Amino acid sequence: MARTVIPFGPQHPVLPEPLHLTLTVEDEIVKEAIPKLGYVHRGLEKLAEIRDHTQMIQIVERVCGICSTLHAMCYCQGIEALMNVEVPPRAKFLRVIWAEMHRMHSHLLWLGLFADAFGFESLFMQFWRIRERIMDLQEATSGNRVIVSVNCVGGVKRDIDAEMEKWILDTMKIVEREVLQLKSTIMDDFTVKRRTVGIGVLSKEKAYEMGAAGPTLRASGIAQDMRQTGYAAYSELNFEPVVETDGDCYARTVCRFNEVFQAIDLIREAFAKLPQSELAVKAKGLPNGEVVSRVEQPRGECLYYLKGTGSKYLDRVRIRTPTFANIPPLLEMLPGCDLADVPVLILTIDPCISCTER
Amino acid sequence: MKRLINTSRVKSPWLIHFDCGSCNGCDIEVLACLTPVYDIERFGILNVGNPKHADILVVTGTVNHRNKKALKNVYDQMPEPKVVVAVGACGTTGGIFREAYNVVGGVDKIIPVDAYVSGCAAKPEAIIDGVVIALGKLAEKGKKVDQGIFERLENTQNFIKSR
Repeated sequence: MARTVIPFGPQHPVLPEPLHLTLTVEDEIVKEAIPKLGYVHRGLEKLAEIRDHTQMIQIVERVCGICSTLHAMCYCQGIEALMNVEVPPRAKFLRVIWAEMHRMHSHLLWLGLFADAFGFESLFMQFWRIRERIMDLQEATSGNRVIVSVNCVGGVKRDIDAEMEKWILDTMKIVEREVLQLKSTIMDDFTVKRRTVGIGVLSKEKAYEMGAAGPTLRASGIAQDMRQTGYAAYSELNFEPVVETDGDCYARTVCRFNEVFQAIDLIREAFAKLPQSELAVKAKGLPNGEVVSRVEQPRGECLYYLKGTGSKYLDRVRIRTPTFANIPPLLEMLPGCDLADVPVLILTIDPCISCTER
Repeated sequence: MKRLINTSRVKSPWLIHFDCGSCNGCDIEVLACLTPVYDIERFGILNVGNPKHADILVVTGTVNHRNKKALKNVYDQMPEPKVVVAVGACGTTGGIFREAYNVVGGVDKIIPVDAYVSGCAAKPEAIIDGVVIALGKLAEKGKKVDQGIFERLENTQNFIKSR
Protein backbone atom coordinates (compact mmCIF):
# COMPACT_ATOMS: atom_id res chain seq x y z
CA MET A 1 0.00 0.00 0.00
CA ALA A 2 1.10 3.53 -0.69
CA ARG A 3 2.45 5.61 2.13
CA THR A 4 0.25 8.23 3.74
CA VAL A 5 1.41 11.23 5.70
CA ILE A 6 -0.64 12.12 8.77
CA PRO A 7 -0.01 15.29 10.75
CA PHE A 8 -0.35 14.80 14.53
CA GLY A 9 -0.90 18.04 16.45
CA PRO A 10 -0.20 20.84 17.30
CA GLN A 11 -3.78 20.93 18.55
CA HIS A 12 -4.66 17.37 19.56
CA PRO A 13 -7.25 16.14 22.07
CA VAL A 14 -4.86 13.76 23.82
CA LEU A 15 -2.05 16.19 24.46
CA PRO A 16 -2.79 19.39 26.35
CA GLU A 17 0.36 20.79 24.80
CA PRO A 18 1.27 21.67 21.23
CA LEU A 19 3.61 18.99 19.87
CA HIS A 20 3.64 18.37 16.15
CA LEU A 21 4.62 15.03 14.65
CA THR A 22 4.58 14.21 10.97
CA LEU A 23 3.76 10.51 10.80
CA THR A 24 4.31 8.45 7.68
CA VAL A 25 2.06 5.40 7.82
CA GLU A 26 1.76 2.29 5.68
CA ASP A 27 -1.60 0.59 6.28
CA GLU A 28 -1.94 1.17 10.02
CA ILE A 29 1.74 0.86 10.83
CA VAL A 30 3.88 3.93 11.50
CA LYS A 31 7.02 3.88 9.39
CA GLU A 32 8.56 7.24 10.17
CA ALA A 33 8.01 10.07 12.64
CA ILE A 34 9.46 13.56 12.35
CA PRO A 35 8.90 15.98 15.24
CA LYS A 36 8.46 19.70 14.72
CA LEU A 37 9.07 21.78 17.81
CA GLY A 38 8.96 25.44 18.70
CA TYR A 39 5.28 26.08 19.42
CA VAL A 40 5.99 26.99 23.06
CA HIS A 41 9.38 28.63 22.65
CA ARG A 42 9.45 31.90 24.57
CA GLY A 43 13.16 32.59 24.96
CA LEU A 44 13.44 32.40 28.74
CA GLU A 45 17.21 31.94 28.87
CA LYS A 46 17.69 35.31 27.23
CA LEU A 47 15.64 36.98 29.98
CA ALA A 48 18.65 36.48 32.31
CA GLU A 49 20.14 39.56 30.66
CA ILE A 50 17.39 41.89 31.86
CA ARG A 51 16.43 40.23 35.15
CA ASP A 52 18.91 39.94 38.00
CA HIS A 53 19.83 36.63 39.60
CA THR A 54 17.16 36.76 42.33
CA GLN A 55 14.37 37.76 39.93
CA MET A 56 15.33 34.84 37.70
CA ILE A 57 13.96 32.43 40.35
CA GLN A 58 10.43 33.51 39.47
CA ILE A 59 11.20 33.11 35.76
CA VAL A 60 12.64 29.60 36.01
CA GLU A 61 9.67 28.51 38.11
CA ARG A 62 7.56 29.26 35.07
CA VAL A 63 9.64 27.14 32.70
CA CYS A 64 7.14 24.43 33.52
CA GLY A 65 4.15 24.62 35.83
CA ILE A 66 4.18 20.92 36.69
CA CYS A 67 7.73 20.84 38.08
CA SER A 68 8.04 24.49 39.11
CA THR A 69 9.61 24.05 42.53
CA LEU A 70 12.20 21.63 41.18
CA HIS A 71 13.34 24.12 38.54
CA ALA A 72 13.71 26.79 41.23
CA MET A 73 15.51 24.34 43.51
CA CYS A 74 18.00 23.43 40.77
CA TYR A 75 18.62 27.08 39.96
CA CYS A 76 19.04 28.08 43.63
CA GLN A 77 21.47 25.22 44.24
CA GLY A 78 23.55 26.50 41.35
CA ILE A 79 23.56 30.09 42.61
CA GLU A 80 24.37 28.90 46.15
CA ALA A 81 27.35 26.96 44.80
CA LEU A 82 28.56 30.09 42.98
CA MET A 83 28.19 32.31 46.07
CA ASN A 84 29.48 29.71 48.57
CA VAL A 85 26.31 29.75 50.66
CA GLU A 86 25.65 26.84 53.05
CA VAL A 87 21.90 26.15 53.24
CA PRO A 88 20.51 25.55 56.77
CA PRO A 89 19.56 21.88 57.45
CA ARG A 90 15.85 22.58 58.00
CA ALA A 91 15.63 24.33 54.61
CA LYS A 92 17.20 21.28 52.96
CA PHE A 93 14.56 18.95 54.44
CA LEU A 94 11.71 21.34 53.58
CA ARG A 95 12.96 21.47 49.99
CA VAL A 96 12.79 17.67 49.85
CA ILE A 97 9.22 17.67 51.22
CA TRP A 98 7.98 20.16 48.62
CA ALA A 99 9.90 18.41 45.84
CA GLU A 100 8.36 15.04 46.71
CA MET A 101 4.87 16.54 46.95
CA HIS A 102 5.45 17.92 43.47
CA ARG A 103 6.61 14.52 42.23
CA MET A 104 3.45 12.89 43.59
CA HIS A 105 1.16 15.42 41.94
CA SER A 106 3.04 15.11 38.66
CA HIS A 107 2.93 11.30 38.63
CA LEU A 108 -0.77 11.17 39.56
CA LEU A 109 -1.45 13.68 36.79
CA TRP A 110 0.49 11.51 34.35
CA LEU A 111 -1.26 8.28 35.43
CA GLY A 112 -4.60 10.01 34.80
CA LEU A 113 -3.61 11.40 31.40
CA PHE A 114 -2.18 8.01 30.43
CA ALA A 115 -5.48 6.31 31.30
CA ASP A 116 -7.24 8.93 29.19
CA ALA A 117 -4.88 8.21 26.26
CA PHE A 118 -6.27 4.70 25.87
CA GLY A 119 -9.81 5.84 26.56
CA PHE A 120 -10.24 4.84 30.22
CA GLU A 121 -11.89 8.06 31.33
CA SER A 122 -13.16 6.99 34.74
CA LEU A 123 -9.63 6.02 35.80
CA PHE A 124 -8.47 9.48 34.67
CA MET A 125 -11.11 11.05 36.92
CA GLN A 126 -10.12 8.85 39.87
CA PHE A 127 -6.43 9.74 39.70
CA TRP A 128 -7.21 13.44 39.36
CA ARG A 129 -9.55 13.28 42.33
CA ILE A 130 -6.71 11.93 44.48
CA ARG A 131 -4.36 14.53 43.05
CA GLU A 132 -6.60 17.37 44.28
CA ARG A 133 -5.68 16.44 47.86
CA ILE A 134 -2.04 17.18 47.11
CA MET A 135 -2.98 20.40 45.33
CA ASP A 136 -4.76 21.46 48.53
CA LEU A 137 -1.60 20.75 50.53
CA GLN A 138 0.48 22.80 48.11
CA GLU A 139 -1.94 25.71 48.31
CA ALA A 140 -1.98 25.59 52.12
CA THR A 141 1.80 25.39 52.50
CA SER A 142 2.92 27.73 49.74
CA GLY A 143 -0.05 29.90 48.75
CA ASN A 144 -0.41 28.68 45.16
CA ARG A 145 -1.80 25.46 43.78
CA VAL A 146 0.57 25.05 40.87
CA ILE A 147 3.52 27.45 41.01
CA VAL A 148 4.97 26.51 44.40
CA SER A 149 7.27 29.46 44.97
CA VAL A 150 9.16 28.56 48.14
CA ASN A 151 12.83 28.51 47.17
CA CYS A 152 15.12 31.47 47.53
CA VAL A 153 18.90 31.84 47.37
CA GLY A 154 20.14 30.55 50.73
CA GLY A 155 17.14 28.50 51.83
CA VAL A 156 13.35 28.54 51.73
CA LYS A 157 10.83 31.34 52.25
CA ARG A 158 8.16 29.49 54.21
CA ASP A 159 8.02 27.09 57.12
CA ILE A 160 5.79 24.07 57.74
CA ASP A 161 4.52 24.18 61.33
CA ALA A 162 3.44 21.24 63.54
CA GLU A 163 -0.26 21.62 62.72
CA MET A 164 0.42 21.59 58.99
CA GLU A 165 2.77 18.64 59.43
CA LYS A 166 0.00 16.59 61.01
CA TRP A 167 -2.38 17.49 58.20
CA ILE A 168 0.18 16.51 55.55
CA LEU A 169 0.90 13.15 57.24
CA ASP A 170 -2.83 12.42 57.58
CA THR A 171 -3.38 13.24 53.91
CA MET A 172 -0.48 10.95 52.96
CA LYS A 173 -2.30 8.07 54.69
CA ILE A 174 -5.50 8.80 52.75
CA VAL A 175 -3.64 9.19 49.43
CA GLU A 176 -1.74 5.94 50.00
CA ARG A 177 -4.95 4.04 50.67
CA GLU A 178 -6.78 5.52 47.70
CA VAL A 179 -3.93 4.94 45.24
CA LEU A 180 -3.63 1.33 46.44
CA GLN A 181 -7.32 0.85 45.63
CA LEU A 182 -6.58 1.75 42.01
CA LYS A 183 -3.54 -0.54 41.81
CA SER A 184 -5.41 -3.60 40.54
CA THR A 185 -7.18 -1.52 37.87
CA ILE A 186 -4.09 -0.08 36.26
CA MET A 187 -1.82 -3.11 36.75
CA ASP A 188 -3.95 -6.25 36.42
CA ASP A 189 -6.80 -5.19 34.15
CA PHE A 190 -6.88 -7.26 30.95
CA THR A 191 -7.83 -4.36 28.67
CA VAL A 192 -5.22 -2.02 30.12
CA LYS A 193 -2.57 -4.71 29.76
CA ARG A 194 -3.46 -5.27 26.11
CA ARG A 195 -2.69 -1.62 25.46
CA THR A 196 0.57 -1.45 27.43
CA VAL A 197 2.40 -4.80 27.70
CA GLY A 198 4.96 -5.26 24.93
CA ILE A 199 4.20 -1.89 23.29
CA GLY A 200 7.10 0.43 22.58
CA VAL A 201 9.89 -1.72 23.96
CA LEU A 202 13.10 0.19 24.64
CA SER A 203 16.03 -2.12 25.36
CA LYS A 204 18.57 -1.36 28.07
CA GLU A 205 21.37 -0.71 25.58
CA LYS A 206 19.24 1.51 23.34
CA ALA A 207 17.96 3.53 26.32
CA TYR A 208 21.53 4.17 27.47
CA GLU A 209 22.79 4.92 23.99
CA MET A 210 19.96 7.37 23.22
CA GLY A 211 20.45 9.17 26.53
CA ALA A 212 17.01 8.59 28.02
CA ALA A 213 16.28 10.07 31.45
CA GLY A 214 14.06 9.47 34.43
CA PRO A 215 11.39 6.75 34.52
CA THR A 216 11.89 6.07 30.78
CA LEU A 217 15.48 5.05 31.57
CA ARG A 218 14.73 3.30 34.87
CA ALA A 219 11.95 1.20 33.30
CA SER A 220 14.59 -0.20 30.92
CA GLY A 221 16.63 -1.53 33.82
CA ILE A 222 19.21 1.19 34.48
CA ALA A 223 19.24 2.41 38.09
CA GLN A 224 20.16 6.01 37.47
CA ASP A 225 18.54 8.72 39.56
CA MET A 226 20.00 12.13 40.32
CA ARG A 227 18.75 11.84 43.90
CA GLN A 228 21.56 9.29 44.39
CA THR A 229 24.02 12.19 44.21
CA GLY A 230 22.57 13.35 47.54
CA TYR A 231 21.66 16.98 46.83
CA ALA A 232 19.49 18.80 49.39
CA ALA A 233 18.73 16.28 52.18
CA TYR A 234 18.59 13.14 50.03
CA SER A 235 21.98 11.98 51.36
CA GLU A 236 20.42 11.63 54.83
CA LEU A 237 17.32 9.74 53.66
CA ASN A 238 16.87 6.08 52.80
CA PHE A 239 16.59 6.03 49.08
CA GLU A 240 16.68 3.34 46.39
CA PRO A 241 15.75 4.12 42.77
CA VAL A 242 12.67 2.30 41.45
CA VAL A 243 13.78 0.03 38.61
CA GLU A 244 11.80 -2.09 36.14
CA THR A 245 13.42 -4.32 33.54
CA ASP A 246 10.96 -4.81 30.65
CA GLY A 247 11.26 -1.39 29.02
CA ASP A 248 7.71 -1.37 27.60
CA CYS A 249 4.76 0.94 28.33
CA TYR A 250 3.66 -1.29 31.20
CA ALA A 251 7.08 -1.12 32.89
CA ARG A 252 7.09 2.67 32.65
CA THR A 253 3.61 2.82 34.19
CA VAL A 254 4.62 0.53 37.06
CA CYS A 255 7.79 2.55 37.60
CA ARG A 256 5.86 5.83 37.98
CA PHE A 257 3.17 4.14 40.07
CA ASN A 258 5.77 2.86 42.54
CA GLU A 259 7.49 6.23 42.67
CA VAL A 260 4.29 7.70 44.13
CA PHE A 261 4.69 5.37 47.13
CA GLN A 262 8.40 6.12 47.28
CA ALA A 263 7.56 9.84 47.48
CA ILE A 264 5.12 9.17 50.35
CA ASP A 265 7.84 7.26 52.23
CA LEU A 266 10.38 10.03 51.63
CA ILE A 267 7.98 12.69 52.95
CA ARG A 268 7.33 10.63 56.10
CA GLU A 269 11.02 10.07 56.67
CA ALA A 270 11.85 13.72 56.06
CA PHE A 271 9.27 14.79 58.65
CA ALA A 272 10.66 12.26 61.15
CA LYS A 273 14.18 13.65 60.75
CA LEU A 274 13.20 17.34 60.32
CA PRO A 275 15.75 19.36 62.34
CA GLN A 276 15.17 22.74 63.99
CA SER A 277 17.13 25.61 62.50
CA GLU A 278 16.67 28.91 60.72
CA LEU A 279 15.01 28.84 57.29
CA ALA A 280 17.42 30.83 55.18
CA VAL A 281 20.80 32.51 55.41
CA LYS A 282 21.48 35.84 53.79
CA ALA A 283 23.55 35.47 50.67
CA LYS A 284 26.39 38.00 50.36
CA GLY A 285 28.23 38.96 47.21
CA LEU A 286 27.44 38.31 43.58
CA PRO A 287 27.59 35.11 41.53
CA ASN A 288 30.94 34.65 39.84
CA GLY A 289 32.17 31.63 37.89
CA GLU A 290 30.57 28.63 36.24
CA VAL A 291 28.52 25.83 37.75
CA VAL A 292 26.46 22.83 36.65
CA SER A 293 23.55 21.94 38.92
CA ARG A 294 21.46 18.78 38.56
CA VAL A 295 18.24 17.57 40.19
CA GLU A 296 15.86 14.69 39.53
CA GLN A 297 12.54 15.96 38.26
CA PRO A 298 9.44 13.74 37.94
CA ARG A 299 10.39 13.29 34.29
CA GLY A 300 14.13 12.75 34.78
CA GLU A 301 17.36 14.57 35.14
CA CYS A 302 17.30 18.35 34.83
CA LEU A 303 20.55 20.22 34.27
CA TYR A 304 21.28 23.90 34.77
CA TYR A 305 24.45 25.52 33.56
CA LEU A 306 24.96 28.96 35.12
CA LYS A 307 27.71 31.44 34.36
CA GLY A 308 28.17 34.60 36.39
CA THR A 309 30.68 37.37 35.79
CA GLY A 310 30.52 39.07 39.18
CA SER A 311 27.65 41.38 38.24
CA LYS A 312 23.99 41.30 39.26
CA TYR A 313 23.03 39.72 35.97
CA LEU A 314 24.01 36.20 34.97
CA ASP A 315 26.00 35.86 31.78
CA ARG A 316 24.38 32.61 30.68
CA VAL A 317 21.61 30.32 31.88
CA ARG A 318 21.36 27.03 30.02
CA ILE A 319 18.56 24.63 30.89
CA ARG A 320 18.52 21.03 29.69
CA THR A 321 15.28 19.32 30.58
CA PRO A 322 14.37 15.60 30.74
CA THR A 323 11.83 15.65 27.90
CA PHE A 324 14.50 16.93 25.55
CA ALA A 325 16.54 13.83 26.42
CA ASN A 326 13.51 11.57 26.02
CA ILE A 327 12.47 12.63 22.51
CA PRO A 328 15.19 10.56 20.69
CA PRO A 329 14.04 7.34 22.51
CA LEU A 330 10.45 8.22 21.53
CA LEU A 331 11.44 8.46 17.87
CA GLU A 332 13.15 5.08 18.28
CA MET A 333 9.92 3.56 19.70
CA LEU A 334 7.43 4.99 17.18
CA PRO A 335 8.37 3.24 13.88
CA GLY A 336 6.63 -0.13 13.73
CA CYS A 337 3.77 0.65 16.12
CA ASP A 338 0.07 0.93 15.29
CA LEU A 339 -1.36 4.37 14.57
CA ALA A 340 -3.74 3.92 17.52
CA ASP A 341 -0.79 3.42 19.88
CA VAL A 342 0.87 6.72 18.95
CA PRO A 343 -0.87 8.80 21.70
CA VAL A 344 -0.07 6.10 24.29
CA LEU A 345 3.57 6.02 23.24
CA ILE A 346 3.93 9.79 23.23
CA LEU A 347 2.46 10.01 26.73
CA THR A 348 4.60 7.21 28.05
CA ILE A 349 7.71 9.43 28.07
CA ASP A 350 5.63 12.00 30.01
CA PRO A 351 6.29 14.83 27.55
CA CYS A 352 6.56 18.35 28.89
CA ILE A 353 6.85 20.51 25.81
CA SER A 354 7.11 23.82 27.64
CA CYS A 355 10.18 22.44 29.48
CA THR A 356 11.73 21.29 26.22
CA GLU A 357 11.23 24.51 24.33
CA ARG A 358 11.35 27.02 27.19
CA MET B 1 -37.35 28.12 17.49
CA LYS B 2 -34.90 31.02 17.61
CA ARG B 3 -35.06 31.14 21.38
CA LEU B 4 -34.71 27.38 21.74
CA ILE B 5 -31.46 27.31 19.74
CA ASN B 6 -29.97 30.14 21.75
CA THR B 7 -31.04 28.77 25.15
CA SER B 8 -29.65 25.32 24.49
CA ARG B 9 -26.42 26.81 23.18
CA VAL B 10 -25.89 28.82 26.36
CA LYS B 11 -27.06 26.06 28.70
CA SER B 12 -24.69 23.47 27.30
CA PRO B 13 -21.67 25.15 25.72
CA TRP B 14 -18.84 23.05 24.34
CA LEU B 15 -15.38 24.38 24.85
CA ILE B 16 -12.06 23.75 23.19
CA HIS B 17 -8.78 24.31 24.96
CA PHE B 18 -5.77 25.57 23.05
CA ASP B 19 -2.35 25.79 24.67
CA CYS B 20 -0.49 28.67 23.11
CA GLY B 21 2.82 28.99 24.93
CA SER B 22 1.78 28.30 28.42
CA CYS B 23 3.96 26.82 31.17
CA ASN B 24 1.36 24.04 31.75
CA GLY B 25 0.25 25.68 34.99
CA CYS B 26 -2.98 27.03 33.52
CA ASP B 27 -3.42 23.98 31.27
CA ILE B 28 -3.62 21.58 34.17
CA GLU B 29 -5.99 23.96 35.95
CA VAL B 30 -8.28 24.01 32.91
CA LEU B 31 -8.23 20.20 32.98
CA ALA B 32 -8.77 20.24 36.76
CA CYS B 33 -12.08 22.09 36.12
CA LEU B 34 -13.33 18.93 34.39
CA THR B 35 -12.34 16.51 37.14
CA PRO B 36 -14.48 15.44 40.12
CA VAL B 37 -13.69 18.27 42.56
CA TYR B 38 -14.88 21.09 40.27
CA ASP B 39 -16.71 18.98 37.69
CA ILE B 40 -18.16 21.48 35.24
CA GLU B 41 -19.42 18.60 33.10
CA ARG B 42 -22.42 18.36 35.40
CA PHE B 43 -23.52 21.75 33.99
CA GLY B 44 -23.25 20.41 30.46
CA ILE B 45 -19.95 22.11 29.68
CA LEU B 46 -17.98 19.65 27.60
CA ASN B 47 -14.35 19.69 26.49
CA VAL B 48 -14.11 18.72 22.83
CA GLY B 49 -11.10 18.14 20.60
CA ASN B 50 -12.50 19.52 17.37
CA PRO B 51 -12.75 23.31 16.89
CA LYS B 52 -15.70 22.79 14.52
CA HIS B 53 -17.82 21.51 17.42
CA ALA B 54 -16.90 24.23 19.91
CA ASP B 55 -18.57 27.44 21.10
CA ILE B 56 -15.92 28.67 23.52
CA LEU B 57 -12.18 28.86 22.87
CA VAL B 58 -10.12 28.77 26.05
CA VAL B 59 -6.58 29.96 25.36
CA THR B 60 -3.76 29.65 27.88
CA GLY B 61 -0.34 31.18 27.59
CA THR B 62 1.46 33.79 25.54
CA VAL B 63 1.33 33.99 21.79
CA ASN B 64 4.66 33.52 20.02
CA HIS B 65 5.70 33.89 16.43
CA ARG B 66 5.32 30.21 15.62
CA ASN B 67 1.97 29.39 17.16
CA LYS B 68 0.07 32.56 16.20
CA LYS B 69 -0.84 30.98 12.86
CA ALA B 70 -2.07 27.83 14.60
CA LEU B 71 -4.17 29.92 17.02
CA LYS B 72 -5.71 31.95 14.18
CA ASN B 73 -6.41 28.72 12.32
CA VAL B 74 -8.25 27.15 15.28
CA TYR B 75 -10.26 30.36 15.81
CA ASP B 76 -11.25 30.60 12.12
CA GLN B 77 -12.45 26.99 12.09
CA MET B 78 -14.97 27.61 14.87
CA PRO B 79 -18.53 28.31 13.73
CA GLU B 80 -20.34 31.54 14.73
CA PRO B 81 -21.30 32.50 17.40
CA LYS B 82 -18.03 32.03 19.26
CA VAL B 83 -16.34 33.57 22.27
CA VAL B 84 -12.74 33.54 23.46
CA VAL B 85 -11.52 33.32 27.07
CA ALA B 86 -7.89 34.27 27.72
CA VAL B 87 -6.63 32.47 30.82
CA GLY B 88 -3.77 33.50 33.08
CA ALA B 89 -1.42 36.47 33.27
CA CYS B 90 0.34 35.26 30.11
CA GLY B 91 -2.86 34.95 28.12
CA THR B 92 -4.07 38.41 29.05
CA THR B 93 -0.90 40.49 28.63
CA GLY B 94 2.11 38.27 28.10
CA GLY B 95 2.79 38.17 31.83
CA ILE B 96 6.29 37.52 33.08
CA PHE B 97 7.48 36.64 29.58
CA ARG B 98 6.32 39.80 27.80
CA GLU B 99 9.90 41.05 27.33
CA ALA B 100 11.22 37.79 25.88
CA TYR B 101 12.25 37.98 22.24
CA ASN B 102 9.89 35.34 20.87
CA VAL B 103 6.74 36.57 22.61
CA VAL B 104 4.15 38.60 20.70
CA GLY B 105 2.05 39.37 23.78
CA GLY B 106 -1.44 38.56 24.97
CA VAL B 107 -4.01 36.58 23.01
CA ASP B 108 -5.88 39.80 22.09
CA LYS B 109 -3.04 40.79 19.73
CA ILE B 110 -4.16 38.02 17.36
CA ILE B 111 -7.87 37.31 17.95
CA PRO B 112 -10.67 39.25 19.73
CA VAL B 113 -11.01 38.22 23.38
CA ASP B 114 -14.32 38.34 25.30
CA ALA B 115 -13.25 37.45 28.85
CA TYR B 116 -9.95 37.71 30.68
CA VAL B 117 -9.01 35.50 33.65
CA SER B 118 -6.16 36.75 35.80
CA GLY B 119 -3.82 34.75 38.01
CA CYS B 120 -0.56 32.86 37.67
CA ALA B 121 -1.59 30.12 37.55
CA ALA B 122 -5.31 30.96 37.31
CA LYS B 123 -7.35 29.00 39.83
CA PRO B 124 -10.09 26.64 38.59
CA GLU B 125 -12.74 28.79 40.32
CA ALA B 126 -11.50 31.85 38.41
CA ILE B 127 -11.51 29.95 35.10
CA ILE B 128 -15.11 28.79 35.68
CA ASP B 129 -16.03 32.39 36.50
CA GLY B 130 -14.43 33.59 33.28
CA VAL B 131 -16.32 31.01 31.23
CA VAL B 132 -19.62 32.10 32.86
CA ILE B 133 -18.91 35.74 31.91
CA ALA B 134 -18.18 34.59 28.37
CA LEU B 135 -21.51 32.73 28.28
CA GLY B 136 -23.41 36.04 28.68
CA LYS B 137 -21.61 37.38 25.63
CA LEU B 138 -22.28 34.13 23.77
CA ALA B 139 -26.03 34.64 24.30
CA GLU B 140 -25.85 38.18 22.89
CA LYS B 141 -23.80 37.13 19.89
CA GLY B 142 -26.08 34.14 19.37
CA LYS B 143 -29.15 36.38 19.06
CA LYS B 144 -27.51 38.48 16.35
CA VAL B 145 -26.32 35.45 14.41
CA ASP B 146 -29.72 33.73 14.59
CA GLN B 147 -31.50 36.90 13.54
CA GLY B 148 -29.32 37.09 10.48
CA ILE B 149 -30.03 33.47 9.58
CA PHE B 150 -33.81 33.80 9.81
CA GLU B 151 -33.84 37.12 7.92
CA ARG B 152 -31.78 35.63 5.14
CA LEU B 153 -34.05 32.59 5.03
CA GLU B 154 -37.12 34.83 4.77
CA ASN B 155 -35.52 36.93 2.02
CA THR B 156 -34.72 33.81 0.02
CA GLN B 157 -38.25 32.49 0.40
CA ASN B 158 -39.71 35.85 -0.72
CA PHE B 159 -37.34 35.92 -3.66
CA ILE B 160 -38.45 32.42 -4.74
CA LYS B 161 -42.13 33.35 -4.36
CA SER B 162 -41.73 36.55 -6.38
CA ARG B 163 -40.31 34.55 -9.30
